[in-house]
Amino acid sequence: MKIAVCAKYVPETGGRIDPQTKRLDRSGEGALNQFDVNAVEEALKVKEADAGSDSEVLIVSLGPARALEALRKALAMGADRVVLVNDDAAAGSDLVATSKILAAALEREEPDLVLFGQQANDSDGAVLWAAVADRLQRPLISQVAELTHENGRLRGKRQTEYGYDVIETPLPAVVAVSDAINEPRYPSLKGIMGAKKKPQETVTLSDLGVDADEAGEAGSRTEVYALGDPPARGDTVKIEDDGTAAEQVLAFLQEKKAL
Amino acid sequence: MKTLVFLEDHEGKLQKDSLGVLSKAASLDGDVEAVLLGSEVEGLAAEAGRYGAKRVHVMEDVLLAKPLPQPRVDALETLIGEGGFDTVLFAATVLSADIAAALAARLDAGLNWDLTDVVLEDGKLVGKRPALGDSLYVDVGWTSEPRLALIRSGTFEPAAGADAGGAEVAKFESRLQDYSLAAEMVEQAHEESEGPSIEDADVIVAGGRGLGSPENFALVEELAKALGGAVAATRAVVDAGWYPYAAQVGQTGKTVSPKLYIACGVSGAIQHKVGMQSSALIVAINKDPNAPIFEYADFGVVGDLHEIVPKLTELVRARKAA
Ligand SMILES: Cc1cc2nc3c(=O)[nH]c(=O)nc-3n(C[C@H](O)[C@H](O)[C@H](O)COP(=O)(O)OP(=O)(O)OC[C@H]3O[C@@H](n4cnc5c(N)ncnc54)[C@H](O)[C@@H]3O)c2cc1C
Ligand SMILES: Nc1ncnc2c1ncn2[C@@H]1O[C@H](COP(=O)(O)O)[C@@H](O)[C@H]1O
Repeated sequence: MKIAVCAKYVPETGGRIDPQTKRLDRSGEGALNQFDVNAVEEALKVKEADAGSDSEVLIVSLGPARALEALRKALAMGADRVVLVNDDAAAGSDLVATSKILAAALEREEPDLVLFGQQANDSDGAVLWAAVADRLQRPLISQVAELTHENGRLRGKRQTEYGYDVIETPLPAVVAVSDAINEPRYPSLKGIMGAKKKPQETVTLSDLGVDADEAGEAGSRTEVYALGDPPARGDTVKIEDDGTAAEQVLAFLQEKKAL
Repeated sequence: MKTLVFLEDHEGKLQKDSLGVLSKAASLDGDVEAVLLGSEVEGLAAEAGRYGAKRVHVMEDVLLAKPLPQPRVDALETLIGEGGFDTVLFAATVLSADIAAALAARLDAGLNWDLTDVVLEDGKLVGKRPALGDSLYVDVGWTSEPRLALIRSGTFEPAAGADAGGAEVAKFESRLQDYSLAAEMVEQAHEESEGPSIEDADVIVAGGRGLGSPENFALVEELAKALGGAVAATRAVVDAGWYPYAAQVGQTGKTVSPKLYIACGVSGAIQHKVGMQSSALIVAINKDPNAPIFEYADFGVVGDLHEIVPKLTELVRARKAA
């Protein structure tokens, strides 16, 4: 079974938006999106449970060249290879453009299962999988908190506003997992040492047959007009625990007559 | 502007947020239409009329009986193609987010999500969206039509119009793609377990994954007991089976507004925030100084909950005994 995980390189601490370009400033330190680590773990579990000897887990990502280093974490955990789409023309891609590029990268690989994380912690969209599944014309299960796989069928349990659903689908399919689906493993020392030697391919838009005007700002259908501050919150206090935090919370609750 | 609002239904009722979005759309642009998709949903059209829909498009098909997104994308593609809508609004839910994003791909149409307001500026639709854990607000727009938007849950209150009523019902049909029908819902909206009701509690102590283990929920239970309050949980711990769904706060859980909300080991994700942001006082205990919850806590403590919570429980007990 061939399993592809869509994983994103994101700024380490949420990041900031560049007031000039109105895009997320990606110049600082970055890391593999924490929610995608759950998707990598689930891919490895599916692979391990699969009898097929040609099973593989590949990581597919759209991002800057230095994303490779962060994506190596997935290789260190046990993924087999990385395909990074890196192209200046793709910078600033919105959902329409990003989904087109990722779908093109996935079509080239024809995986049986495509996994997504719960959300990118810089965009908080929690939507990309549905757009990609539509472009791939494949069935989708999202928000999956429990995934099982039997006889070529997947069964996913997931929470909605009304309780828990169970959804089944044949393969090939697209699945987006929740952050509670598993406890990701830590890369072993051997895994970390071996990661660098695993195949890491960088491809451009033209390699994927995606025109430059379908990507980046040209290929996007949304725009950002203005940036502003959030509404003021009134007086707030943030303290570092020095051993007296409990006393300080109690004093605060008394002052606010909340006891 | 020609606006279409997607209406979600559950157990014979229209979902509250989609009525809120419908009311908002009607206040921006008198000529709002809505769409209902399901196996037996026509009866809900009249209610949509009361909240401002002039016409309600209805497609009834047994293949739409279960709330799955993909066949709904096919139906909406047909309707938008025939009806010439330039704006399509959704109240964000698990179902509608998947529909909206897939529709964006299908139509190559721009989607803006997590909007907390939509306004007309010089006749142009502008969305207001908090970003980066609500630390920044951005005005967003669309460069083509139709414009698709997902409105953050709990944003607009439904408002029945005085002169509203008598929506015209327009039936339509659509072909559904094979791949859209491949996924099958074998269990629907199963409520895992009974649990205490937290909606009326004056004090809520919430536990998240920072508790480290299900057993450690005892820490928040003790504190809640000392304060005379109820215990709540995040989706991460409910999905993991640490605590019952009935106690979950957030987008797919309960919406609460107690006098005091103490969050322990909760990162404060947007989807959690929408369920508790109207609490009068928010106290957060989290060891990560960058946790989003500190953006909206009235009193934030950066520290280890395992140290602080038991101490606080003791202090509250002592103070109540005094
Ligand atoms: C469509 C959708 C709907 C959702 N609906 C909901 C919903 O209804 N409710 C909900 O809650 N979430 C919901 N979520 C999930 C949400 O996005 C978050 O993933 C979830 O709220 C995280 O839960 P958490 O805070 O317990 O876990 P985490 O995000 O893992 O946070 C744990 C926190 O504990 C802190 N911590 C760790 N150890 C300690 C310690 N010793 N002392 C103090 N602090 C510590 C960490 O610093 C961290 O901030 C939804 C997501 C999606 C996509
Ligand atoms: N640039 C990207 N490259 C690869 N996968 C991505 C990218 N952006 C988002 N994803 C995947 O899509 C999921 C949801 O992202 P979003 O809808 O942006 O919150 C993430 O958890 C990733 O699995």
